[in-house]
Amino acid sequence: MKLQGRVWKFGDNIDTDVIIPAKYLASTDPKVLGAHCMEPLDPDFAGKVRKGDIIVGGFNFGCGSSREHAPIAISALGIPLIIAKSFARIFYRNAFNKGLALLEADVFDEIEEGAEIDVDISTGIIRWKEREIKAKPIPPFMVELINAGGLINYLKKQLEEIK
Amino acid sequence: MGMTITEKILASHAGKDYVEPGEIVDARLDLTLANDITAPLSLEEFDKVGAAGVFDPEKVVFVLDHFTPNKDIPSAENCKKIREFSKNYGITHVYDGGACGIEHALLPEQGLVVPGDVIIGADSHTCTYGALGAFSTGVGSTDLTYGMVTGRNWFKVPESIKFVCTGKWQQWVTGKDLILHIIGMIGVDGALYAAMEYGGDAIAGLSMDSRFAVANMAIEAGAKNGIFPVDEKTMAYVKDRGRRPHVVFESDKDAEYRQVFEIDISALGLKVACPSLPSNVKDAEAVAGTRVDQVVIGSCTNGRIEDLAMAAEILKDRKVASDTRCIIIPATPSIYLEAMKKGYLEAFVEAGCIVSPPTCGPCLGGHMGILAKGERAVATTNRNFVGRMGHPESEVYLAGPAVAAATAIKGTIAHPMEVK
Ligand code: SF4
Repeated sequence: MKLQGRVWKFGDNIDTDVIIPAKYLASTDPKVLGAHCMEPLDPDFAGKVRKGDIIVGGFNFGCGSSREHAPIAISALGIPLIIAKSFARIFYRNAFNKGLALLEADVFDEIEEGAEIDVDISTGIIRWKEREIKAKPIPPFMVELINAGGLINYLKKQLEEIK
Repeated sequence: MGMTITEKILASHAGKDYVEPGEIVDARLDLTLANDITAPLSLEEFDKVGAAGVFDPEKVVFVLDHFTPNKDIPSAENCKKIREFSKNYGITHVYDGGACGIEHALLPEQGLVVPGDVIIGADSHTCTYGALGAFSTGVGSTDLTYGMVTGRNWFKVPESIKFVCTGKWQQWVTGKDLILHIIGMIGVDGALYAAMEYGGDAIAGLSMDSRFAVANMAIEAGAKNGIFPVDEKTMAYVKDRGRRPHVVFESDKDAEYRQVFEIDISALGLKVACPSLPSNVKDAEAVAGTRVDQVVIGSCTNGRIEDLAMAAEILKDRKVASDTRCIIIPATPSIYLEAMKKGYLEAFVEAGCIVSPPTCGPCLGGHMGILAKGERAVATTNRNFVGRMGHPESEVYLAGPAVAAATAIKGTIAHPMEVK
């Protein structure tokens, strides 16, 4: 899958409390969650982001709670992909389960905010200006899950087979 | 090659004799947990898959602890949905109303967790149960749905990091100080994807309440789980509570670890994690004198009876500083009752504290003690991220119960020796 988008940069240890503050967690509505995404760091973020934009982060992106509201809020803004130096483990599972793609690559210090980048998720190739970097491959098991259409579709198929 | 306790538990639940780090296993679950924030999303996913029911109505637990007693209409609607679902599918363990306590204090206390279990919870602090020699880890709502329906889930077997603790514990120093010290040392991603395993002779001297606090904050170092060896204290804890048979696993002598840290407990003092990362750890003495608007003593980290006992000992016959609010939150109804019988609650109220019913409340900035712009809190909770307890420009310092109680009296961050 090939993506093209404008970059928003967030640094190290971006935690789920800033991705979506707890006071909004009584809602499960993607629209409500998206509207408050990253609010503590940038209250206007939801208004500025365009569909197809890409987040580039530092180490340990998505650390903190297990709230799936976090990847939902990001996806609700039309952001299809996050590239970070590393991801917190629960966020990593949640993002893939919710159809938000993640790539691990050390590009934070090189890509500028607002840059237009091209990414091929299947090969992990990230291109901008004259540069090209290959992200760590997505683990084969995750690829299998993605191909099955995510964990819930995978489960649906299993249940249908039993029937 | 030998195996660690984490590897052995995962192997046993995957029907294998041997597993190694990096391997993906499909493991049987002994229990699944969700709360009033994460269950609603799980139930939405449940509706999508069209399952006939849950894998075992006695092994699916719901705890309505985060936004309860309900803070607003949406949170009340969420709880209502969970109650209805539970009635429809015959879920036995739903903790609600007066039976509700903070999930990670409640489940072990109710005997729903036993050594050797594999448990997932749609809450990141599910790693708390590692104190009982179980493998337990936090997942998102979708993974939880998968577990609720099939009784299984997939895990990547984590590498293990060992913390060998030796020496004698100083007065007032608890498991909270140990885990803050460790997170300060290795960082908030120092154990990313790994198991944090504890050992050494100082562990025998650590109470179960303290072990829960240590295992609880494994996630703050990025870990998948925290885990303790099973000893006499564990067995005494499980003996009258355990509702299922348990299996004791033990790390082999030749088990492999990614790293081994030696920690001299005799040299460990009281610690405080400063804003806005749990790894920003300093000695309590180094931040003493910092003005504080609010103190919170509670949460799944430090809302247990030992924590309240320590706080009561310091607060008894003293007064909370006039410009400081002190909120005490016993983590479960049994802890509340015990604190009442032992006179702790009386000591708190007389000192000018607010005593709250068991709830997560202010820990996640939900309700019952939200901070205004520029306010500062000392809390016995586990996270001090930007805006965690309220306004993005408020601050949270994390500490154990002794520093928190002393701070309430002085109105500035204080070592308990300053007020005793
Ligand atoms: S007390 Fe705090 S950390 Fe523990 S489960 Fe509740 S919100 Fe989460």
